[in-house]
Amino acid sequence: MSSKQADSAPAVRRRSAAGWALLGSELGVLFRRWRTWAMLAALAAVPVLIGLAVRLTSEDIEPGDGPPFLDRVTQNGLFIALTGTVVSIPLFLPLTVSVAAGDTIAGEANLGTLRYLLAAPAGRIRLLAVKYAAAVAFCIAAALTLVAAGMLVGVVLFPVGPVTLLSGDTIGVGESVLRLLLVAAYVSLSLAGLAAIGLFISTLTEVPVGAMAATAVLAVVAQILGALPQLDWLHPWLFTEHWVGFADLIRQPISWDSFGANALLQGGYIAVFCALAGSRFATKDVLA
Amino acid sequence: MSGASEEPAIETRGLTKRFGRQAAVDNIDLAVPRGAVFGFLGPNGSGKTTTIRVMLGLAGATAGSVRVLGEEMPARLREVLPRVGALVEGPAFYPFLSGADNLRRFDTADRHAPTRTRRARVADALERVGLSHAAGKKVRAYSLGMKQRLGIANALLMPRDLLVLDEPTNGLDPQGTREVRHLVRSLAAEGTTVFVSSHLLAEVEQICTHAAIMSAGRLVAQGTLESMRRSGRARMKLTTPDPADAGRVLRGLGLGLEGDGEQLTAPLVDGLLPEQIVAALVAEGVRVRGFAVENSTLEERFVALTGEGFDVVQ
Ligand SMILES: Nc1ncnc2c1ncn2[C@@H]1O[C@H](COP(=O)(O)OP(=O)(O)O)[C@@H](O)[C@H]1O
Ligand SMILES: [Mg+2]
Repeated sequence: MSSKQADSAPAVRRRSAAGWALLGSELGVLFRRWRTWAMLAALAAVPVLIGLAVRLTSEDIEPGDGPPFLDRVTQNGLFIALTGTVVSIPLFLPLTVSVAAGDTIAGEANLGTLRYLLAAPAGRIRLLAVKYAAAVAFCIAAALTLVAAGMLVGVVLFPVGPVTLLSGDTIGVGESVLRLLLVAAYVSLSLAGLAAIGLFISTLTEVPVGAMAATAVLAVVAQILGALPQLDWLHPWLFTEHWVGFADLIRQPISWDSFGANALLQGGYIAVFCALAGSRFATKDVLA
Repeated sequence: MSGASEEPAIETRGLTKRFGRQAAVDNIDLAVPRGAVFGFLGPNGSGKTTTIRVMLGLAGATAGSVRVLGEEMPARLREVLPRVGALVEGPAFYPFLSGADNLRRFDTADRHAPTRTRRARVADALERVGLSHAAGKKVRAYSLGMKQRLGIANALLMPRDLLVLDEPTNGLDPQGTREVRHLVRSLAAEGTTVFVSSHLLAEVEQICTHAAIMSAGRLVAQGTLESMRRSGRARMKLTTPDPADAGRVLRGLGLGLEGDGEQLTAPLVDGLLPEQIVAALVAEGVRVRGFAVENSTLEERFVALTGEGFDVVQ
């Protein structure tokens, strides 16, 4: 008995030291895949295209024409980051997140590597937690890529200076960059709920493409339902409800209302779908 | 401590696994002694891989129980599996990572595997299966045999008390097959219990101390290799230029004859010694050119028990 205790003490210490290695490995695998970089490059291309299109056309853009904030781009390049984010929110961003989240478990099952991770043993709940953390890391990377590429294109192609906000106040460049990073955080949070849904769907199948497609379809359907006024009783419950609400972050003073509401909503979705994924995966037969 | 090591390395009681109405594993009682090299034999589809999946906690049993290294599975999975190396249903890797990176990835999944020694352990495992030269190559570019070796290397990342190798020689050339046999022998010599499944009996027969035979989800025989050979009936083989006379004598002794021409064979019967048969033949003037007693091979036993040799079940 005493020898057993002596044995287990270093084992426990080692465990806490090595427990994080799997997350590091997961992030390494995610960001060493050609596919991940292709998706991030495609996202970065959105603000680049917008910037080039605005730069190469001489006519002025009337306020209210085109996507939000487009009319301001010529006066201040930093607005490209916002325009790029707004146009990517409905489809492009959720599509890339669906690929990353739908692949989490189903992708490993499809490769057959799932059985070796579990036999290692990774621990089913630990593996799921690591997978979700990596999916959220992808959400953050995707939002940051959009915003960073937008800022970069803005700096290169247009004048950059103090920014006049929706409320009429003016903030400096440093503060504007901070606000844009806040927008990236908001978008990442919005996508984290979708990532949880994708994680759950990924535990249901061994076909990653199926999980990806199902997740993307849900994101689109939720937005369609959100656009139907007849269903406005349902709208507060849709995970897409606050997706475009980040305009509040570029008011002076900042309005945190939508951030709070979004955090609550996404938190609910994350809790429910991670729990569903956990209960499904904890007892699932891994036969692939 | 010593009490625990007396327990079998693997023990199943009434283990059953159903897929829908089909019982892939049907009420099997397996006992793998510690230190054994245990051959788990059976034709394709007889339930070997399914048994292994349940043993490792990848799939749940429909009924019955499994104990591995003296611990209940899957309840004690976190304590047991770090001591078990496994190759299940062929190797599986990330094609876009190198062989060494794949092993490092799986090694991080085991919390008990120290980060500090990871590189060295991966290099050792690759060395052990003869893959050092391909360590940096993407697995996409590996041949089937190389993947199989890498899969075995994955099972050897940490010192193990038990190795479970499901069809480890699949896809290997004869040289690779020999190397695997050699590897299994050396691991067994270090005290590791090795559980090897195979549908190719000849590959396993040379290295096993014990064996079990599966047929259509049922365990039809198990024991030491010797006891399994013995339980098959020995046969006599006679070469003679007087087959007609010899046949008459042998039938007179109560032997069921097979074969024709100058070669006669017959299963031996209890209470009749080989030397008595020869004496009877010579007494009747049969010219005996050759006489031999052959124990049944495991292969014959395998065919007799499974009924279908190496054919696929269903
Ligand atoms: N995922 C599955 N779903 C349904 N049936 C399965 C599944 N996996 C295996 N089986 C069935 O279980 C039986 C045993 O399969 P398996 O354990 O793989 O055999 P072996 O490893 O001995 O070749 C086969 O009849 C096979 O068709
Ligand atoms: Mg098999």
